[in-house]
Amino acid sequence: MPGPYRETDLTEKVEAFLSDLKRGGSGTGPLRGSAETARETTALLRRITAQVRWSSAGDLMEVIRKEGRRMSAAQPSETTVGNMIRRVLKIIREEYARSRGSSEEADQQESLHKLLTSGGLSEENFRQYFTALKANVIEAINELLTELEGTTDNIAMQALEHIHSNEVIMTIGRSRTVEAFLKDAARKRKFHVIVAECAPFCQGHEMATSLSKDGIETTVITDAAIFAVMSRVNKVIIGTQTVLANGGLRAVNGTHTLALAAKHHSTPLIVCAPMFKLSPQFPNEEDTFHKFVSPHEVLPFTEGEILSKVNVHCPVFDYVPPELITLFISNIGGHAPSYIYRLMSELYHPEDHEL
Amino acid sequence: MNRCVVKDKRRSGTQDSSEGGADKKDNIEREKIEGKELTKEEKQRLRKEKKQQKKGKEKKDASLPQVSVAETAAPASQLKAERRARQEAERTSKQSKKGDTGQPATTSKPKIPPNELQPVVKRLPEHIQVDDPDVLKKLAKKLERQQTTENSEIQKIPRRLDYGYKVSLFSHLLQYSRKAPLTQQLSIPSAVIHPAIVRLGLQYSQGIVAGSNARSIALLHAFKQVISDYTTPSNEELSRDLVNKLKPYISFLNQCRPLSASMGNAIKYIKKEISNIPSQFKEDDAKKKLLNCIECFIEEKIVLAAKAIAKSSIEKINDGDVILVYGCSSLVNHILCEAFEKGRKFRVIVVDSRPRLEGREALRRLVQKGISCTYVLISAVSYILPEVSKVFLGAHALLANGYVMSRVGTSQIALVAKAFNVPVLVCCETYKFCERVQTDSFVSNELDDPDDLIVTRKGETQLKDWQQVPRLGLLNLVYDVTPPDFVDLVITDLGMIPCTSVPVVLRVKNVDLL
Repeated sequence: MPGPYRETDLTEKVEAFLSDLKRGGSGTGPLRGSAETARETTALLRRITAQVRWSSAGDLMEVIRKEGRRMSAAQPSETTVGNMIRRVLKIIREEYARSRGSSEEADQQESLHKLLTSGGLSEENFRQYFTALKANVIEAINELLTELEGTTDNIAMQALEHIHSNEVIMTIGRSRTVEAFLKDAARKRKFHVIVAECAPFCQGHEMATSLSKDGIETTVITDAAIFAVMSRVNKVIIGTQTVLANGGLRAVNGTHTLALAAKHHSTPLIVCAPMFKLSPQFPNEEDTFHKFVSPHEVLPFTEGEILSKVNVHCPVFDYVPPELITLFISNIGGHAPSYIYRLMSELYHPEDHEL
Repeated sequence: MNRCVVKDKRRSGTQDSSEGGADKKDNIEREKIEGKELTKEEKQRLRKEKKQQKKGKEKKDASLPQVSVAETAAPASQLKAERRARQEAERTSKQSKKGDTGQPATTSKPKIPPNELQPVVKRLPEHIQVDDPDVLKKLAKKLERQQTTENSEIQKIPRRLDYGYKVSLFSHLLQYSRKAPLTQQLSIPSAVIHPAIVRLGLQYSQGIVAGSNARSIALLHAFKQVISDYTTPSNEELSRDLVNKLKPYISFLNQCRPLSASMGNAIKYIKKEISNIPSQFKEDDAKKKLLNCIECFIEEKIVLAAKAIAKSSIEKINDGDVILVYGCSSLVNHILCEAFEKGRKFRVIVVDSRPRLEGREALRRLVQKGISCTYVLISAVSYILPEVSKVFLGAHALLANGYVMSRVGTSQIALVAKAFNVPVLVCCETYKFCERVQTDSFVSNELDDPDDLIVTRKGETQLKDWQQVPRLGLLNLVYDVTPPDFVDLVITDLGMIPCTSVPVVLRVKNVDLL
């Protein structure tokens, strides 16, 4: 039986994390960035690996899957939680395969030949016990954590390759990745940024004040003026909440309009997204894709009696199809949207797509 | 061709040197295109006509500067310019005959008389040349000049001052603050400006009267008041003096808020009616006629036009439709209310945008009628558009190149609707058609008070001190232009036309007025 003291400490931490997730998603609690969520999830998973008693890799994977399902159910729109869980599962598989001595490449590729000759491997193989597995897995998770801490800097370092002087760059809403990206370029180049405020949350205002304090010439425009101003814009650089498996985006609302306007004027659309935002979801599920918040942001209660006769919608996210995107900049470099499926197969194992 | 050359030589009667020169010139002429030969024959014909009319030398002198301007304007005139240069050389030896050749040359140019070719570029309005200091000086002088010396008080029309940091792309436009209306600079009582106009100016600048139909109707009512209070001074004619009286009022209103295209057309109509009053009319009769004209204008161009447009649009609304409207257009609201009364079953989605939030007014009006409505902000339009079957938009003006000038955000809605293959219908009365052309929303636009963008959420106002931050600018555009390929149909009181037929309607209208 695992030590009672250690287990309650762990469950406390997990519960605290879950309630934080539930509160944060409604827009009323403290808005945390995805990077922080990813780091906290990974730290929590490391703690689970360290403290929970498990005998074989299969057990560990079961435990993590169970906790992971609870965590993503707490806030389904926060996909970084699910992504980190899948990454850790992949790490476990890799470490297991390395301990067994077989090369990872052979296990990965599902060729017809393999299917015919071997037949029915997977499940049983994870039952073997290796002493060094725990240490290896924890070490690999630590590497993952270091990678997560460096993502924003890695992306910002690529800024000078993409921004030339005297450019007019447009962005929407507030993204910490894009903020760091632009500030890094501003150290050496002079350019002008136009920020669309992204009603009703108006996060663009924060972005604009932060950028202008760093010496970047900034202009705030309303969402309605996006197409009007687009003809003078040289590049559109945005952040996103999730990168979907087909190369499309799930980004803050108003981004689809921005992407269409950019396409109409043949302006390149660059998405700065770190790798932990890549999710194996597809945008087909109509009922789970959109998230709505309270419509009082759109039509406040002070409007009076018409409220009872009117439907008001306040969606948070927008779907942007991959045809409208020119380039993805991530911490491992730049990619075209058509390459995303390949990156996904390197990060996650196909059996983990469904937690 | 040789005959012509010989004739030329004989007529000029030049000596050997110039003959040799004429020879060379003829060779060059032969190598030139046929256009030259034609013009030469025309020249001869007109030369004969001119000889019959016997114009004086002064006419020639007067026509020379016209020639130079007309030259630059007409496209095929470079060849003629070369000819003229040669003729000027011949002219130095023989004055009078060269005068004859010079004259027909000028008039044999494009068949249109030179007067019409002169100003190719019309005078630019001052409100889009704010970055030019000369223009500002001229405007200040003009406002000073437009004053009356009633009761020996000289008052000038005040000029409204810019406010706040202007985004560099728009430094040629004016940006006012709503908190500093123009009327604060006027002394009370103002002897220059009629109180109805002062009130109107204040209503415009504070946004109390907004929307192009509302502004035009308010303007016409104010002018009716002005006309009924007007008395002709003793040795002046009503038709001329009244127009001069109206000029300072119009400058004042322009300073309060730049005039819209519909207001411009209404003013043109009034001025024409006033100048067409025959001088033998008594003052009372003239005033009655003018008031009648204004009533007719409002009744025909605005009220009846709305009825006609509603009738045609109702054919386009089917049962079960989901119609998207943007902002508050009086015409579109009228159409929807009429359609609902006629028994069509549809529901409406009202799209709104910050900072004006005019859609809430439209929402109130439609809900009061009993139409079932949905309300979203413009950033959610790509979420809601798959449900929509038609988009109805109102317009502020229709430009001569087919572009639709309307509230900012309209072009965005048309763009997204096009991407989802939803038809876009624009409803516009013909008195809003204007002869300007514009391709983007920068050159001629209106900048509203930038402080409107500031919002307080969760107790925090992010942009509170935006004036102190050195590199931060807020942009509050009022209008934008929609390209004609986003618009599928324009519904006017003359019928349903495509966007590209606007200059045809303008031409027909101008012929009617003449």
